[in-house]
Amino acid sequence: MTVSSMTTTVDRAVAQSRVPANPWGLVRRALVYVLLSLAAFVSIFPFYWMVVGATNTSADIIKGKSSLGSALITNATAFFTQVDAVRIFWNSGVIAVVATVLTLAISSLAGYGFEMFRSRVRERIFGFLLLLLSIPFAAMMVPLFVMFSQAKLVNTFAAVILPTVASIFIIFYFRQTTKAFPTELRDAARIDGLKEWQIFLYVYLPVMRSTYAAATIIVFMANWNNYLWPLVVLQTAENKTITLILSGLTAAYTPDYGLILFGTVLATLPTLVIFFLLQRRFVEGMLGAVK
Amino acid sequence: MAQARLDRRENITGWVFIAPALILLGLFMIYPIVWSLWMSFQVGKGMNLSFGGFANILRLTKDPVFLRALGNTFTFFIFQVPIMIVLALLFAVALNDSTLKFRGFFRTAIFLPCATSLIAYSTVFKSMFAIDGVVNQTLMQLHLIGEPISWLGDPFWAKVLIIMAITWRWTGYNMIFYLAALQNIDRSIYEAARIDGVPAWARFRYLTIPMLKPVILFTTVISTIGTLQLFDEVANFTAGTGGPSDSTLTLSLYIYNLTFKFMPSFGYSATVSWVIVVLVGILSFLQFLIARDRRTS
Repeated sequence: MTVSSMTTTVDRAVAQSRVPANPWGLVRRALVYVLLSLAAFVSIFPFYWMVVGATNTSADIIKGKSSLGSALITNATAFFTQVDAVRIFWNSGVIAVVATVLTLAISSLAGYGFEMFRSRVRERIFGFLLLLLSIPFAAMMVPLFVMFSQAKLVNTFAAVILPTVASIFIIFYFRQTTKAFPTELRDAARIDGLKEWQIFLYVYLPVMRSTYAAATIIVFMANWNNYLWPLVVLQTAENKTITLILSGLTAAYTPDYGLILFGTVLATLPTLVIFFLLQRRFVEGMLGAVK
Repeated sequence: MAQARLDRRENITGWVFIAPALILLGLFMIYPIVWSLWMSFQVGKGMNLSFGGFANILRLTKDPVFLRALGNTFTFFIFQVPIMIVLALLFAVALNDSTLKFRGFFRTAIFLPCATSLIAYSTVFKSMFAIDGVVNQTLMQLHLIGEPISWLGDPFWAKVLIIMAITWRWTGYNMIFYLAALQNIDRSIYEAARIDGVPAWARFRYLTIPMLKPVILFTTVISTIGTLQLFDEVANFTAGTGGPSDSTLTLSLYIYNLTFKFMPSFGYSATVSWVIVVLVGILSFLQFLIARDRRTS
């Protein structure tokens, strides 16, 4: 902590002494602020638009009205009459939470196993898995669909969740971050007589909180927003996720944007809440992966 | 002897840790991949398949819709990936400066788009880019355009809109990888270069870029895979049609249509999906090659 804050102070002192002496530095600095402000504006404006849109009528929205309107109640009523919201959000929630918990459990076990217990065979398997990462989902979709329809599991949550649970990307991520896990901790735990699964549960897991937080954001968002596979496999309206329902509403010939943007605000809230709750840990976790 | 027994126990523990993942991957990934490879040599409708040898590959060369989808996918890849990578790098380098004010705000703002749901942002973009929508109005007020652009009705602008939308969504995501990597670079190297009078662009070109090369390669490969598999955005912007007149149809959307919209033709759609696999393979290989070449020179 002290070292990094010292470097920052030194940097700041160097920068401050440098800037007035160099007019080009000032111009460049101004350019950087303009560029970043523009990027921040472009990034945030659609969020503002979404919230404002939820209070406007569809006609106003496509005419570009970007101030608060008075149609919020109308949009909300229309949304809740057209969409069985409780059920649909329940579906999305169950799928996303179950898939996230299972993915974190299975993929972190595997990442830990690959890194902590190295053997030539397992290294080969790991390399092979990384190759598989480049194969697009489209190449597996048709056989997967046939498999699930033969198992009579089409239109079930299990069919949505099962293929996503062992994620090579997340296994890879956990393996990379495990490289930073101090092996002395494991050795000490072994001397204390802990079994391997106890070391994982009581030593590794608490130490790697940041990694788990980052992975939670990535996996939860991916599952909450997952579109193609649920679209293929969930077929009746009462089993669909909020993503699929909103997509269906948008595809209408004259979409009611007020209603849809109201639903969109609701659908975006969970991911934003998780993001802001775990944001600090997220950046820490990403740092761990690249080190 | 005792040592060997301990090793064997460790070896078994290693297998136990990775077993659940391996079983699931085998069942839901490797088995379907092998099956789809076999399927790509089958011809016929529905589940009435028979071995067709290279018939599907021949059909590819004569299928105008496939060639269209291939061209579109390639166009998206060629324009979108470089634009996004360059922007992400610029933002990351700017945000890595510890004397910058509001760093936390800028970082969160630029990262925020990838926290939205796909459906949220495609709806928002669709309504913003409506013919009388806020974007056209702003552009006209600024006198940048004389008449409104039909973003979703014109084949050219529809492509531009898709590229802008994906770039909006994923630039911040890539930026975080670069920021993380930049923090690991020893700052004293930059100090030394600055004291020696090396200009900023040269520091970027000869210090930052080479040191970030592994991360740039990683993000480029991941983005290439993502763009070549492009489905969600196109499906939602165009209500699943890839319109206007197939101008935004991608390979993944075509596979979906072949499988679930038209008379199902599983064999042929598997063949199209293997085109993506081959493309990803070739492009990733080229990217590795380019990265290695630069290192030796």
